[in-house]
Amino acid sequence: MDSSKYLDDISEIKNMMSRSSRFISLSGLSGILAGIYALIGAYIAYLILYPSDWKFDSYQDIQMALLAVATAVALLAIITAALLTFRKAKKSGESIWNTSSKRLLANFLIPLLTGGIFVLLLIRLEYWIMIAPSTLIFYGMACLNASKYTLRDVRYLGITVIILGLLSAYFTGYGLFFWAAGFGVCHILYGSLMHFKYDRK
Amino acid sequence: MSIINNINKAFDHRIRLGIMSILMVNDYADFNMLKELLGATDGNLASHTKALEKEAYVKVEKQFIGRKPNTRYSATPLGKAAFQKHIDALEKLIGR
Repeated sequence: MDSSKYLDDISEIKNMMSRSSRFISLSGLSGILAGIYALIGAYIAYLILYPSDWKFDSYQDIQMALLAVATAVALLAIITAALLTFRKAKKSGESIWNTSSKRLLANFLIPLLTGGIFVLLLIRLEYWIMIAPSTLIFYGMACLNASKYTLRDVRYLGITVIILGLLSAYFTGYGLFFWAAGFGVCHILYGSLMHFKYDRK
Repeated sequence: MSIINNINKAFDHRIRLGIMSILMVNDYADFNMLKELLGATDGNLASHTKALEKEAYVKVEKQFIGRKPNTRYSATPLGKAAFQKHIDALEKLIGR
C-alpha cells in the first residue's frame, strides 16, 4: 500500500480525537468584540467614578450606574459570543449542542458561577476593594478549566487573567485599570490570535 | 516486515478508525454522538461497531435514559492497546 493512505489515516485519527473531545467552533472574533465592549464599559465606569461632567446625587446612584454598565457589557459579550459561535459552527458543520459544547459550558460555568456568588457575598460585606481581583481570578479559573474542552489558546487567556487578578489584589485601588486590561486588552489580544489562527481559513 | 504485521486489519476502514479514535479520548460515546461525528448511517455504524465488539475492542452497554433506549460504547483495555499499536505502526510507515 502507498504511504498516502497511512497519512490520511493518521490525519483522520487526529481529526476525530480533537473533534470528539474539544469544541473547536469557538469564535475568535467574539473575543475581540467582548474586549472592545469591556474597554467601552471601563471608560464609562471611569467617567462615573472619577471627576467629570457626570454628577451623581448619592453613592447608591453610582453603584447602580456601575452595576448597569457591568451587566450591559456582560450581556452584550455573551450574546455576541453565542451568535458568532453559532455561525462558525454552522459553517464548519459542527453541531452547536453536542457532547463537547455541553462539557465546555459546564466546565466554564461552574467556576464562573462560584465566582459570581462569591462576588455577591463580597458586595454584601462591602469589601469593594476585592471585587475586581475576585472577578478576574474566577474568570481566569473558568477559562483555564474550560480550555481542556476547547481551543488551547483559552488556557493562556485564563492564566494571564489570573495573574492580573492577583496583581490587582496587591495594587489595590487600581481595580478598574486591571479590569480593563484583563477583560478588555486580554480578550482583544487572545481573540485576534485565535481569529487569525483558526478563523481565516 | 514486522511493522506491516502491526497494521491491524480491524482498523482498516474509515468508520472503524473513527470509532476507535473517538473512544481513545472519551471515556464513552453513545450511538448518536458517533453517528454525528462520523457522518454514518445507522446500519453502517451498527455493523462496524459490531465488528469491533466481536474483536473485544469495544464494550457495549445498553441502558435506558428515562424511557429512551441508549447504547453507549467504550474502548476495552485490549482495544486501546491494539489501536495504540496500530497508530505507532502507521507513524513508522510514513517515516515519523
